[in-house]
Amino acid sequence: MPEELRQIFYSKAVNEALDEELARDPNVALIGEDIGLYGGAFGVTRGLFEKYGPRRIQETPISENSFVGMAVGAAMLGLRPVVEIMFMDFIALALDQILNSAGKLHYMYNGQVSIPLVVRTPGGAKGGYGPSHSQMLSNLFVGVPGIKVVAPSSAAQVKGLLKSAIRDPNPVVFIENKRLYPQRGPVPEGEYVLPLEKAVVTPGEQVTVVAYSAMVPICLALREALLPRGISLEVVDLVSLQPLDRETIFASVRKTGRLVIVEEACVTGGVGAEVSALVAEHCLDALEAPIRRVGAADVPIASSIELEKFILPGADDVLRAVRGVLEW
Amino acid sequence: MLARLRAEGLTSDQLAACFRRMLRIREFEEALGDLFTRNLLGGTSHFCIGQEACAVGVVGALRETDWLVSNHRGHGHLLARGLDPYRVMAELLGRTDGYCGGRGGSQHMCAMDLHFLGTNGITGGGIPIGTGAAWALRYQGRDEIVVVFFGDGASNQGTFHESLNMAALGKLPVLFVCENNGYGMSNPAASSVAVPHVADRAVAYSMPGQTVDGMDVVAVMQATQAMAERVRAGEGPALLELMTYRFCGHSKNDPRVYRTREEEATWGERDCLTVAAQSLRDRGAAEAEITRLREEAHQEMAAVVERALAAPTGDRDHALGGVYA
Ligand SMILES: Cc1ncc(C[n+]2csc(CCOP(=O)(O)OP(=O)(O)O)c2C)c(N)n1
Ligand SMILES: [Mg+2]
Repeated sequence: MPEELRQIFYSKAVNEALDEELARDPNVALIGEDIGLYGGAFGVTRGLFEKYGPRRIQETPISENSFVGMAVGAAMLGLRPVVEIMFMDFIALALDQILNSAGKLHYMYNGQVSIPLVVRTPGGAKGGYGPSHSQMLSNLFVGVPGIKVVAPSSAAQVKGLLKSAIRDPNPVVFIENKRLYPQRGPVPEGEYVLPLEKAVVTPGEQVTVVAYSAMVPICLALREALLPRGISLEVVDLVSLQPLDRETIFASVRKTGRLVIVEEACVTGGVGAEVSALVAEHCLDALEAPIRRVGAADVPIASSIELEKFILPGADDVLRAVRGVLEW
Repeated sequence: MLARLRAEGLTSDQLAACFRRMLRIREFEEALGDLFTRNLLGGTSHFCIGQEACAVGVVGALRETDWLVSNHRGHGHLLARGLDPYRVMAELLGRTDGYCGGRGGSQHMCAMDLHFLGTNGITGGGIPIGTGAAWALRYQGRDEIVVVFFGDGASNQGTFHESLNMAALGKLPVLFVCENNGYGMSNPAASSVAVPHVADRAVAYSMPGQTVDGMDVVAVMQATQAMAERVRAGEGPALLELMTYRFCGHSKNDPRVYRTREEEATWGERDCLTVAAQSLRDRGAAEAEITRLREEAHQEMAAVVERALAAPTGDRDHALGGVYA
């Protein structure tokens, strides 16, 4: 990224993408709770209501399943709705419409409709929000066909990917992250789009570290920290959790022979488990050590910040796993 | 035709046309039931035998460009909208000629070119979809409206309450039509709906609610027309409840232990086809003409079944492809 780019917050980059897409396409409309004058629980939609008015920025009562269902119905008639689910945990209330409508209609109606819908939602913990407001629920969409799942890890990515998600003819669950909202990064102004299904590789030699969302900056920082010690990590930022960019993952593992998977979701039955299974299936011959997974413990996220630390993965856990695969 | 309806009722020709449409639906369902009996069909289907006047009356009172959203008991709605019975049957039989190439089947059938937004296998799942379609119509400044069909059971889903609330807040052009057939599967409406009538729930969402005899196709048409006019005029959504009965089980293989044969017989006297046939006789139609219409519908559906059974099913690519647009 060139030096001269301005640095903006991840949350501002989301806002900028929404603003630009609203300006570009009259069929783009935002729908969700408190996204108007209030600007959303995390201030992401701030200023858009003033600029685009109540027709384009549709505020709703607290009725997640039905406003997602409404967005699906509107998408069938040509709108490109962008839904905000205030906290990712609340997506549970809208799962019916996401799984049974958004993800199935294009296939089951034999291509008569497409559902150009984006469901944006912040996953992950940010210190003390507690069990119902902290989970990274990427696991929920593993094995749910028809839906794309994207989890941007930086301000630039979130802008470029959100613009692509809005233009995509498929339903996209767009996982933002509360911990990333206040992180700054260089972001191009104006038109900037990134491919939805392409993992991003920061090259290294000895260990492949697959990560997504807020775990990526942690892994990149660790990579920097280990370089002077002669340990070279290749960080693969998945970007797309569904479909997975298998070729990029396989190529990296074949190069390094060692794999650590890092995610903020529970380790059991999720994206990391799927990556692990795929690598075992397709690259077993290339592995020089068992795959290691780092993720949240299989418990709800406790409210206490001190307890939260025991539950969520951190840089130390990644380091331990990296050592583990190197010393095996 | 419709402008004259409220003042004068239906002409004899119009009534005969309704009768014929209802007959075709009845015969379609009977033919389908026969396929299940002969074990020629997988899965299940929810027949609308007894509820034909709801589909025909409501759809007949709308413009062809108005949008329909249906539920799991949707064959009547599909046929009333004018979908080709052959292609509907082909869909039920999983054939490529079906409206969704066999991917959708009974509960997931859509015909966008006929403004049919789909049947729906999730009880209450179509209600927000129809509400959202109405949001899109209003957003785009179009003068079509949406009609959403659902049952008494679905009116207990959160989506019903959430959607009616949001439709009312946004004054969206949507008419909610509840076909109250007295049961949600085995569960009597009286023990699942906490108010005497589903239409009573309209009050909670500041919209008009009306309960109408769903066995009388003329009454259904008149009520629909009045409510649709209001909805189209921008006065906001409305809730129409049609009192009806399914003479069949909930789906195939339902021994109907939750209701009595006496109750069925009582409703049977008010079968929408009996009611309509009597009106035709009252207006001077010959018995032979009524019999001929029945026979015609029967033959038509027999031919439809035969043709659909002979149609091909999809290949592997058709099964595995087309998940993403
Ligand atoms: C979410 C969901 N729950 C349960 C079912 C199973 N089911 C299918 S139809 C039905 C009854 C629906 O009753 P009602 O809305 O009155 O429609 P009716 O069958 O009487 O036409 C049930 C329980 C389902 N398909 N979806
Ligand atoms: Mg019912």
